[in-house]
Amino acid sequence: MTEATILTPADLAGNGVYGDDPDVRGKFGVFGGRYVPEALIPALDEVAAEYEKAKNDPAFIHEFDHLLRTYAGRPTTLTEVPRFAEQAGGARIILKREDLTHTGAHKINNVLGQALLTRRLGKTRVIAETGAGQHGVATATAAALLGLECVIYMGAVDCERQALNVARMKLLGATVVPVANGSQTLKDAINEAFRDWVANVDHTHYLFGTIAGPHPFPEIVRDFARVIGVEARRQMLELTGRLPDAVAAAVGGGSNAIGIFHAFIGDEDVQLHGYEAGGRGAETGEHALTLTQGSVGVLHGARTYVLQDDEGQTIESHSISAGLDYPGVGPEHAWLKDTGRATYHGVTDAEAMEAFALLARTEGIIPAIESSHALAGALKLGRELGPEAIILVNLSGRGDKDMGTAMKYFNL
Amino acid sequence: MTTLQTVFAKAKADDRAALIGYLPAGFPTVEGAVAAASAMVEAGCDVIEIGLPYSDPLMDGPTIQAAVHRALTNGTRIADVMRTVEGVAATGAATLVMTYWNPIDRYGAERFARDLASAGGTGTITPDLTPEESGVWREASAAAGIDTVFLVAPSSTEERIKAVVDCCTGFVYAASLMGVTGARDQVGSAARGLVERTRPHTGLPVCVGLGVGTGDQAAEVAGYADGVIVGSAFIRRLLDASDEAAGLASVRELAAELAEGVRRR
Repeated sequence: MTEATILTPADLAGNGVYGDDPDVRGKFGVFGGRYVPEALIPALDEVAAEYEKAKNDPAFIHEFDHLLRTYAGRPTTLTEVPRFAEQAGGARIILKREDLTHTGAHKINNVLGQALLTRRLGKTRVIAETGAGQHGVATATAAALLGLECVIYMGAVDCERQALNVARMKLLGATVVPVANGSQTLKDAINEAFRDWVANVDHTHYLFGTIAGPHPFPEIVRDFARVIGVEARRQMLELTGRLPDAVAAAVGGGSNAIGIFHAFIGDEDVQLHGYEAGGRGAETGEHALTLTQGSVGVLHGARTYVLQDDEGQTIESHSISAGLDYPGVGPEHAWLKDTGRATYHGVTDAEAMEAFALLARTEGIIPAIESSHALAGALKLGRELGPEAIILVNLSGRGDKDMGTAMKYFNL
Repeated sequence: MTTLQTVFAKAKADDRAALIGYLPAGFPTVEGAVAAASAMVEAGCDVIEIGLPYSDPLMDGPTIQAAVHRALTNGTRIADVMRTVEGVAATGAATLVMTYWNPIDRYGAERFARDLASAGGTGTITPDLTPEESGVWREASAAAGIDTVFLVAPSSTEERIKAVVDCCTGFVYAASLMGVTGARDQVGSAARGLVERTRPHTGLPVCVGLGVGTGDQAAEVAGYADGVIVGSAFIRRLLDASDEAAGLASVRELAAELAEGVRRR
């Protein structure tokens, strides 16, 4: 086993550009902050203070790094996909293979970090929200590994759609609570997890699954996901001798995208492109185009872009991919959009499913439908950037979980 | 318009706590909410909080969630909330709006404060607006002449309590327990301690809410707080009633029981 570490303290602490870390109020520009009941403020302060200590503690970083290498299976490889890229005007497309991590998606990076943080906080129970079930499975996995009690909130509609993941969580020792109020999907599961947290905060950590939510979650989740880009940047230099022209990633809440973007933010010549779920099309209103069609508001404790009506009521999102089916987005993406550092686009269900099938057929890799949005985006981007371009795509997860959807969609 | 200052001065003169009742606008209907709130006032509520129904009420338990869901399904809009405030304020009760921040943010802080004042509202309670983010709202409220009530919680440190009460006008809302809204068998044991910790930082009345639902509980809380806040228990009465008339009678009965409680201190 190699003793070479993946992370250094600097990797976790950010790369020192554009005021990388949010300000004392947890703000990225005007975005982020804390819009939560006062009862939760001490807990958020406690998490922030402990994380500040942890990220500067070599022992913590060593332990996280050790788990990433020996448990999650990092570093993940890069794979160039020339047959797939034939559809991209000859541009080179290179995948960061987060699908090859333990549990099959990038979510494992964040949950291992936060599970270690939970233990540092002296808490014995973790709760989490989940949409498709991937973050729930990852949390249940980390909880099993570290001997923490685990309760997962999941919309009742999602529980039915993702019965296999419910079974996986149960097998891993978690309690799965179906949430039957509101739209019975991810946003309602988040509401319910917050309700649990406020009542049990003395012994419970809310293991938040994406870079949304109140400060310090957007910062913590980003830092734990950051390893994706840190590795990929080094690997790109080794493989191609230069940095990519563009980095592409799918954006729901935004954790896989920020994970791969972040190490490249200081590289001004590297374009950053995020792809949101266009669902049935922007014009149908059935989409999850938070950044490209939404407006600035407050959802789940942070100021960010939100799908909302003229009176601030949240509008339900739609996507064929449960992992992108969320009417909010991490505040750091809102900031990257408004500063122009990253560009965000929509990819429809149909375009994503086409890319899903194409990657399977041309490269023997079945991607998650979430990641397929980034793949579809990369195909378009390649045609724009031309044959000299190199595009790095975050293949954030594998598609095994999506076979039910694929069977129905393609009549398999 | 009856102000909170008048209400608490009168309660103090009577040597009792004030009784504050909560109902969301649009539940069971817009008119039904005005009727129920009016019944609550007639039977002894001094202050009414009108809830602004919001799609993601993350501080509310199942009872208020159910009522709010129904109100939203009925198509309740902010104009209906203002209309409800107008109807309730006409009864002579001091009338507040309790709302999550995003609807105000979207509507426009200045516009919301102005419209609320025009409707006869005396202020707002904003459970997810922290002192750090409250500047815009406090300015707009001051300009419109309405009060801003914020919450302290059992987990609040002395420093946080001070920061919160410095933003409050009208009264301070002390959450009796760590949890969401909803009637409980017992009032949180932390409530008395929280009120005691809050007093040195403010001359404002301190009112206790969350988990209060019976006359005996109201009497217990009235022993140490300036006001007793009841929400879910009223909604439960309306949800469980066989028809509107029965609901009104039941709400009236509960308000009378609580009003007797706050006088028993």
